[in-house]
Amino acid sequence: MQNVDDMGTGYYDRPKLNYLNNGHTIKSWLLTKDHKRIAIMYLISVSVFFFMGGLYASAIRLELLTPASDLLESGSYNKAFTQHGILMIFFFLIPSIPAVLGNFLLPIMIGAKDLALPRVNLLSLYIYWIGGGLTLFALLQGGVDTGWTFYTPYSTTFSNTYVMAVGLGIFVNGFSSILTGLNFIVTVHTMRAPGMTWFRLPLFVWAQYATSLVMILGTPVIAITVLLLAIERFGRVGIFDPSIGGDPILFQHLFWFYSHPAVYIMILPGMGVISELISNFSRKKIFGYEFIAFSSIAIAVFGFLVWGHHMFVSGQSVYAGLVFSFLTMVVAVPSAIKMFNWTATLYKGSVSFDTPMLYAIGFMGLFLIGGLTGLFLGSMGLDVHLTDTYFVVAHFHYVMVGGQVIAYLGGIHYWWPKMTGKMYSEFWGKISAMLVFIGFNLTFFPQFILGYQGMPRRYASYPPELQVLNIFSTAGASVLGVGLIMPVIYLGHSLLFGKNAGPNPWMLPGLEWRTSSPPPTENFETTPIVTWEAYEFGEESGLDLEEARRREIARTY
Amino acid sequence: MQTSSWVPLFPEQASTFGSQVDALYVYLIVVSVVFSIPVVAAIFFFALRFREKEKYATPDEMHGSIMLETLWSIIPFVVSMTIFLGGAIVFFNQFRIPDDAMEVYVVGKQWMWKLQHETGQREINELHVPVGRKVKLTMTTEDVLHDFSVPAFRTKADVVPGRYTYLWFEATKPGKYDLFCAEYCGLNHSGMGGYVYVMEQRDFDNWLSGNVSGQTPVEQGKDLFENKLGCASCHAGGPQQRGAKLEGIYGHDIKLVGGQTVKADDAYIRNSIINPSAQIVEGFQPIMPTFKGQVTEEQLVSLVAYIKSLSGITGSTPASGSNTAVTNSSGTNTSGSGNTMTPRRANRGAANTEGSNPNSPGGRGAPTSSNR
Repeated sequence: MQNVDDMGTGYYDRPKLNYLNNGHTIKSWLLTKDHKRIAIMYLISVSVFFFMGGLYASAIRLELLTPASDLLESGSYNKAFTQHGILMIFFFLIPSIPAVLGNFLLPIMIGAKDLALPRVNLLSLYIYWIGGGLTLFALLQGGVDTGWTFYTPYSTTFSNTYVMAVGLGIFVNGFSSILTGLNFIVTVHTMRAPGMTWFRLPLFVWAQYATSLVMILGTPVIAITVLLLAIERFGRVGIFDPSIGGDPILFQHLFWFYSHPAVYIMILPGMGVISELISNFSRKKIFGYEFIAFSSIAIAVFGFLVWGHHMFVSGQSVYAGLVFSFLTMVVAVPSAIKMFNWTATLYKGSVSFDTPMLYAIGFMGLFLIGGLTGLFLGSMGLDVHLTDTYFVVAHFHYVMVGGQVIAYLGGIHYWWPKMTGKMYSEFWGKISAMLVFIGFNLTFFPQFILGYQGMPRRYASYPPELQVLNIFSTAGASVLGVGLIMPVIYLGHSLLFGKNAGPNPWMLPGLEWRTSSPPPTENFETTPIVTWEAYEFGEESGLDLEEARRREIARTY
Repeated sequence: MQTSSWVPLFPEQASTFGSQVDALYVYLIVVSVVFSIPVVAAIFFFALRFREKEKYATPDEMHGSIMLETLWSIIPFVVSMTIFLGGAIVFFNQFRIPDDAMEVYVVGKQWMWKLQHETGQREINELHVPVGRKVKLTMTTEDVLHDFSVPAFRTKADVVPGRYTYLWFEATKPGKYDLFCAEYCGLNHSGMGGYVYVMEQRDFDNWLSGNVSGQTPVEQGKDLFENKLGCASCHAGGPQQRGAKLEGIYGHDIKLVGGQTVKADDAYIRNSIINPSAQIVEGFQPIMPTFKGQVTEEQLVSLVAYIKSLSGITGSTPASGSNTAVTNSSGTNTSGSGNTMTPRRANRGAANTEGSNPNSPGGRGAPTSSNR
C-alpha cells in the first residue's frame, strides 16, 4: 500500500512509470492487455459515437422547430431518429460506464492487477470496433429507417434500407457486451485482494456485477432475434411476417425480452457511480449498504420479467398485460429504496460540492422524475393514451440521459484525475454541470406535456398548435449541446496544462485512491491487504487526515 | 378545435374514457409531487445544512436502519399497487368491447386509413360518428403495423397485419378531433392521419343519407359469397353440400377433425378463408381451396360481416379476446416503390356532405408529401 504521507496535497511529480508512458508505439496500445489502456480506447470510441449520435439529435430537434417537415423530408427524418437511437443505445449507452469506467476501475477497486481474462478484454474491444465499423459502413451506404426497435414486418419485408448491415453490426457488437460481462463476473469472483470481502466491495462493483449478469443472460436473445430477422429477410421463411405465416407480435416479445433488461444494463452502472459519489463527497458511509447492493440484484432479476409493458396496446393478451403491469410496479420499489438511501446518506455528512457531486445531485433530481414517470407508463389505462407519444420519449431520456449520461459524466469527472493524473478546471466543470442540468430539463420536460397532448413520436411533421413546446425543447437542446461540448474542451485542456492531481486529491479511502495517478501498469506496487470496511473515512482506514489537513492549510496561506 | 390556452396542459376531452384517464393522470401527478417534495427538500436541506465545514472531516458513521428501510420499501409498494389497480380498471374499460356498439371496419395501409360503416359508407382518413353512441372499430392492415390513435378520446390500439384488433369509444362532444397513426410505419408515417368528426345524431343521419355508396358490408359479402367467389356452390345448404353449414355458427363452438373445438369468431372465419386446411370442421374433407391473394382485406371484412349475418347478428358481437394469428392475404411489396402515396386529406366526394362537417379539412401546416 502506498504510504499516505506521500499523498499530501501540493504539487506532485507524475509517477515516473505509469500505464500511459509504458510504451509509446501504436502497437503498444493496440496489442495491450492492460485494462486501463483498453478503457482509454473505449473512452475515445464511445465519445466518437456519442457525438455522432448527438449530431443526429441536433438534426431531429432542428427539424421539429417547425410543424412542417421542411429541414429534413420524412425519409431523412426517419433515418435520423433511427440512427440516433441505434448509435446512442448500442454503441454509447450500453458500453459507456461498464466498458470505460468499469474496465478502468473494477480491477483497481478490488485490488487486482488486471481483469481475470485480459486477452478476452482486448477481444471485446476489437469486437466492439468491428460491430461499430459495420454499423458506420451501413450508415454511410445510406442508413436505415426502421426505428431502433426494428419492428416487423416493416423491417423484414417493407424497408428497403440497410437493415441487415446494421443488424449485423448490432449482432457482432452484442458479443462484446457478453465478453465484458463474463470477464467482470469472473474477476469479481476470483481476483479480490486479501481482506476484500463481498460486503467490503464498493457499490460500484456491485452494480457492475449486477449489470454483467444481465449482459450475459440478455444479450444472446437480441443476437437470436437479429438472426431470425436475417433468416426471414433473406430466406423468406415466415417467422415474423404474417403474409408468409409469421407473427409480428413474436418479434416484439423477443425484442423487448432483451431490450427492456438492456435499459437496466444502461442505468444500473449509473446507479453504482452515484452511490460512490454520494458517499465519498459526503465523507460518510453509505446509508443501507446491503439494501443498495441487493436492490441492484433485485432490479437485474425483476428487469427480466417486465418486457411486456412495452406492448399494452400491441394486441397481446390483456391478461398478460395485467401481469406485466403488476411486475413493473414491483420493479419500481428497489429504485425507490436506492433513492431514499442516497438521500439519507447526506444526513449529518460533510457535503462538498465538487463537480462530480453536482452531477450526482443532478442525477437524483432527474432520475426521480424519470422513475416516477415510469409509473405513469406502467399504469395500463394511462399507458394506452401515453404510449407511442412524446411522453415516452421524455421518460426514457430522463432515465437514459438524466440518469445514465449524467452519472457517466459525474464518473468521468470523479475519476479523471486518477485516469490521467491531471486536475481539470473546477470552475468550468461546475458551469458545464449546471448547463447540462438546465438544458436537459428545458429540452425534455416540455415533451411530457407534448406527449399528453397526444403528439406521436417519430413524426417529422406535427399539428401547428404544438409548436410552442417544440420550440422550448429545441432551445433547451442547444443549451444541453453547449453543456456537453464544454467538458471536451476543459478536459482536453487539463491533459496539457492541468495541475498534477496526486494520488488522492480528495483524501478518499477507496483502493483506487491508494495508488499513484495515473496508476502503474500493474495497478499497485504491492498487493493491498484490505483491513477496513467500504466507505470508512476516519483514521482507521489508514488515511493520514491530520497530515492532509496540515498541508491543506499550508497550501492555502 | 384545440383548447385555446397558450400552452394547453390537457388536450380536448371528448370520450367517456377522457375523465377516467385524466383522473388517473392527475392522481399520478399528485403522487409524484407528494413523493418528490420531501425527497427534494431533504436533498437540499441535508446538502446545505451538512455542507463541508472543515476539510477531510470524518462525520459519525451511520449504518442504516432496518425500520426505515422497511418503511420506505412498503410505502412505495402500497402506493404503486393503487396505481396498478387504477390503471387496470381503466384499461379494462378501454378494452372490454360492448355488445351494443355500432360497427366500423378499418383497414390501414401505408399511409392511409380506409374505413367503412355498416351501412356501406366508405371514408378515407376521416371518420364520422354520432355523439353518445358506442362505436366499435374492427381493424386490420394490408401491410405493416399501424396504430389508430385519437388523443381526444384517450385511446389507441395497434393495427396488426394478419389479425383483427378492436377499439371502442363513445364520443361525448361534437367536434373535429385529430386522428394519428401512432405506430411507426415507414416513410410517410407522420402524414398518416386525419380527423374524427363527432356529430349530433341528426347531423350524422343526414350525413349518412347523403352518402349512398350502394352496398353495405353484408350486401357486399353476400355478393362475393354468392356470385363473385362462388362460395355458395359448396356452402349453400342442400343435401349434397360439400362445405360446412355457415348459418348460425357465429359465436358458437365448432368441432374440428381431431376432436378439438374452436370458437367461430372473426379471426376463425378469416383464417378459414385464407388458410382453409388449417382447421377442418368435423365430418368434412380438406378440399376447400385457399383464397389467399384473391380477396382483399376489405372483401374479407365484408365476408366476415355476411357470415355473421347468417347467424342473425348484424350489430356488434363480443370481440374475441384471442387475437389468433392468421395468414395475411395481401401479397408482399416493397415500400416506396409500388404504393401510390395518398394525400393526407383524400377528399372522397362522397365522404363529404356539405353542411355536415363545417370544418372542412383544412391543411395542417404540414404539407405532407402527396407529390414527393
